[in-house]
Amino acid sequence: MSIIKSVTCPICGCLCDDIELTVEKNEVVKVRNGCAICESKFIGYKGHHRVKTPLMRKDGKLVPVSMDEAVHATAEILANANYPILYGWSSTSSEAQRVGVELTEEVGGIMDNTAVVCHGPSILGVQEVGIPTCTLGQIRHRADLIIYWGCDPWSAHPRHLERYTSFTEGRFENSEWKAFMQKLKAQAGQKKLESAARIEIGSTHPKPQTCTVPGMPQSMNKSGRKLIVVDVRKTMSAEMADYFIQVQPNKDYELMQALRVLVNDGELDVDSVAGVPVEYLKDVADALVNCEFGVIFFGMGLTQTAGKFRNIEIAIQLVRDLNSRTKFTIMPMRGHFNVTGANVVSAWQSGYPYGVDFSLGYPRYNPGETTCMDVLLREENDASLVIASDPGANFPKKAVENMIKHPLIVIDPHMNATSMLADIVFPSAFVGIEVEGTAYRMDHVPLPLKKVVEPPKGVLSDEEILTKILEEVKVIKSSSKKSTKKVEA
Amino acid sequence: MTEVIIKNGFVFDPINGVKGENMDISIKNGKIVQKVTHNAKVIDATGLTVMPGGVDIHTHIAGGEVNTGRMIRPEDHVKDTVSKTAMTRSGTGYSIPSTFVTGYRYSQMGYTTVMNPSMAPLEAKHTHEELNDIPLVDKATYPLVGDWWFVLEYLRKGDLEECARHVAWMMDITKGYAIKIVNPGGLESWGFGRNVHSIDDQVPNFCITPREIMVGLAKVNEMLNLPHSIHLHTNNLGLPGNYSTTLETMKALEKVPYNGKPVAHITHLQFSSFGGDGWGNFKSAAEEISSYINAHNHLTFDMGQIIFTDTTTMTADGPFEFTLYQLSGHKWVNSDVETETSGGIIPFQYKKNNAVNATQWSIGLELALLIKDPWKMMMTTDHPNAGPFFSYPRILAWLTSKNARMATLKNCNKKAQKKSLLPSIDREITLYELAIMTRAAQAKALGLKHKGHLGVGADADVAIFNINPETTDIARKYKTARKAFKNAAYTIKDGQIVVKDGEVVGHADGRTMWLNVKTAEPCRIDEEMKSKFHQYWTVDYDNYPVSDHYVKVKDPITIKASV
Repeated sequence: MSIIKSVTCPICGCLCDDIELTVEKNEVVKVRNGCAICESKFIGYKGHHRVKTPLMRKDGKLVPVSMDEAVHATAEILANANYPILYGWSSTSSEAQRVGVELTEEVGGIMDNTAVVCHGPSILGVQEVGIPTCTLGQIRHRADLIIYWGCDPWSAHPRHLERYTSFTEGRFENSEWKAFMQKLKAQAGQKKLESAARIEIGSTHPKPQTCTVPGMPQSMNKSGRKLIVVDVRKTMSAEMADYFIQVQPNKDYELMQALRVLVNDGELDVDSVAGVPVEYLKDVADALVNCEFGVIFFGMGLTQTAGKFRNIEIAIQLVRDLNSRTKFTIMPMRGHFNVTGANVVSAWQSGYPYGVDFSLGYPRYNPGETTCMDVLLREENDASLVIASDPGANFPKKAVENMIKHPLIVIDPHMNATSMLADIVFPSAFVGIEVEGTAYRMDHVPLPLKKVVEPPKGVLSDEEILTKILEEVKVIKSSSKKSTKKVEA
Repeated sequence: MTEVIIKNGFVFDPINGVKGENMDISIKNGKIVQKVTHNAKVIDATGLTVMPGGVDIHTHIAGGEVNTGRMIRPEDHVKDTVSKTAMTRSGTGYSIPSTFVTGYRYSQMGYTTVMNPSMAPLEAKHTHEELNDIPLVDKATYPLVGDWWFVLEYLRKGDLEECARHVAWMMDITKGYAIKIVNPGGLESWGFGRNVHSIDDQVPNFCITPREIMVGLAKVNEMLNLPHSIHLHTNNLGLPGNYSTTLETMKALEKVPYNGKPVAHITHLQFSSFGGDGWGNFKSAAEEISSYINAHNHLTFDMGQIIFTDTTTMTADGPFEFTLYQLSGHKWVNSDVETETSGGIIPFQYKKNNAVNATQWSIGLELALLIKDPWKMMMTTDHPNAGPFFSYPRILAWLTSKNARMATLKNCNKKAQKKSLLPSIDREITLYELAIMTRAAQAKALGLKHKGHLGVGADADVAIFNINPETTDIARKYKTARKAFKNAAYTIKDGQIVVKDGEVVGHADGRTMWLNVKTAEPCRIDEEMKSKFHQYWTVDYDNYPVSDHYVKVKDPITIKASV
């Protein structure tokens, strides 16, 4: 039995690196410090969906084959394809991602990652206006106003508040954990009183009418860190907030613009914006400009609702404006543990963060044209390799239908929805559990992922599988009649 | 057992005093040797100029900030695409080329060693991952420590020895090469949106001044015996009238004990030599700055020469980048790094008809021409801040040819033309002085014993150019000279031909150099760091260092410190 400390968790963009694992007989038996999702992965990753050998579809069924046969068949498909898509990349290491770019360039395909259905709009927004941001430690040390807009860290990034924002101790700001616990106690106490009153008096008071958006509460005037949550519904994160602003669905853009007007000392001619009374918005604007250091964290509530990348653009514009009054930053809540890495590696090798088309021999980037979803919907691809993702489960139906009309290769530890539709399946080892590698946190900080147990016999890492395929592709191309001379545009 | 002989070229090797002599250069197993056998491969350099491979002391080519710059400028890449060949990977330019293209383009110009000058220690692994993907050149990188909390705290206490031990630890942990300081005190102030405005301003929350930081770290540098001096980006960079801050800085550094080796290197000096007191009466202070430099020997410098083009600025000077944003309204990235540093990126276009930009262009050249000793002033553009590195041939033409300078000046803003000192400067840098400013001085300032020269024992990094110094007057034929510097006839890396006639013909990964600084008591630092880590950073102590895994081709240099 051994205890391994400072393990980096391979789940979400938080990339918590203080996980402590107890390993016995090549199995993780105990997880300390991790959230529920972390624990479920480290304990439950083996599962019965684990693929043990490479598979190929023969006579309609996936049957075990040797690694060599699978590699050769894959290399033939990709080398001979006109416009293959190599998609996913977000749950593997930067070491594997680098091989991926080289492979995509070699076969003249499209390299795209899960940002295309997630924070792609954030990248587009940043490409328009830039982004005033920082690393998470700056928030921990300095931020006294924390805003989560269109995201729910309680569910999706469970340790975000305790490691980086409201409930953490910083050099210049303290944790609000005690205050939050006292608030919970007070709420519990209040409920008890009301319950006792009902039992005692047999009270049948009608439920008090509450405005859907309350005015700013007193707690927003305290010293210390303040938490605002903006969402279309009251999430568990909103329950923790000092102030919850309920915005009408698809109206975040208007709300942001209204705040911009107020922050820039303008006047609003209307009574309310996006369901929020302007009087309350004025208080919010005051809170924004009077803080010492503010931050907006945002998620799919902004990237995947009406306006998409324009929502991000306007959020960033608001933060830019605020920098003339105080210190303010903004950060996207990246989902997969290395989707940031996929963008980063793609950008340093090609110049572009996702949707990179190598079919003309040089990198091209035109979201809407070269992004894989659009290529699939236009039925322009003729082969796909999917790795470290599950588009079969989360792409639009039409896109998946078009994907499976052509050869589909999947590299993944588990049998997932995409593998079940595939023609060739490669089992791979879990990065951060069975193989080491590097990942990039949501704030672009690179962290090493450890190997804590051995992978199942015969199961290779993504990097090794991709390297085998790449080498075989190079052999096929050099022995074919195709010219390897400079490709003219 | 590879032997090469470069025959009959005109050799310029300033470190060994060779001034254009006709001689052979012999190479064996990647090193310069006295002579080789007749089995050696012959490179006929008759009528050609032979120099050591170029050394660039300051160029932003790898890491988090550079890459964010790449990510936000797709419009910059689309105009400069590079196709895959059998020998080379594809990529893009323009102002921030992708990694493979960076290596190829440097090599095509005859460069063989490049230094990435800004690395946030927390993001060091990223810098090294990118350096691994820059082929054909050797490289190193400088960690930013000027606003590191440990440095600020120990210098405030006056504990130079503890500060030195921590800096040594940091150099080792991040696989760094030199102490980098940017707007000292300003970056920590920027953590709350503030800045420092003079070298004696107090840094909020830390009770220390920029003067104390710079002088303290210069002394620390001596105690650690580091091969390069501290590498300094001054306070008030980019603001009209800042030359007085630069003069104060240089004077402050006179206090550091000087034993013949420079105590500091002030980088991209052009941005710190502004006169006037506003953008309206903006003017050059090159005369004031260069007369100080001509009278003092304790510092070295590099130009930061402006190129008239659309480029991207990126520095650790967060507050300065914010100022540029306020001036231009352009897309702006800010990226502060906990406990360590800040950073900012903004695209910028330098225009000939803009009075300020044209004066800036003139300042860089005035400095280079007015500073008498070429060993003090090295040629850079602070790539990509003042311009992309592959514009270097333009600068070489301006330096060596008055005609070239005047041809550009006459298309500049009229106000700037009137103010420029260039019409009154006749000096034309010679080929020999050029070799100093682009390789010998840089290697010497960096303390790289095997680079920047062609003496026996040096690395066989050689650049051969299509210039016959006996028949070509580079001052008159500056366009020919420019073309020759753009596409080397040969670039040789460790004895292997990697570029021929401006085309990449060979492959080499290039080595990453870093310092292994040995202090007397290393383990105490480790214990203290372990306990402080959770308070200061959001990553665990175990996960912070750059392990050997992150460096593809290792070239560590062991340094014995005096503490």
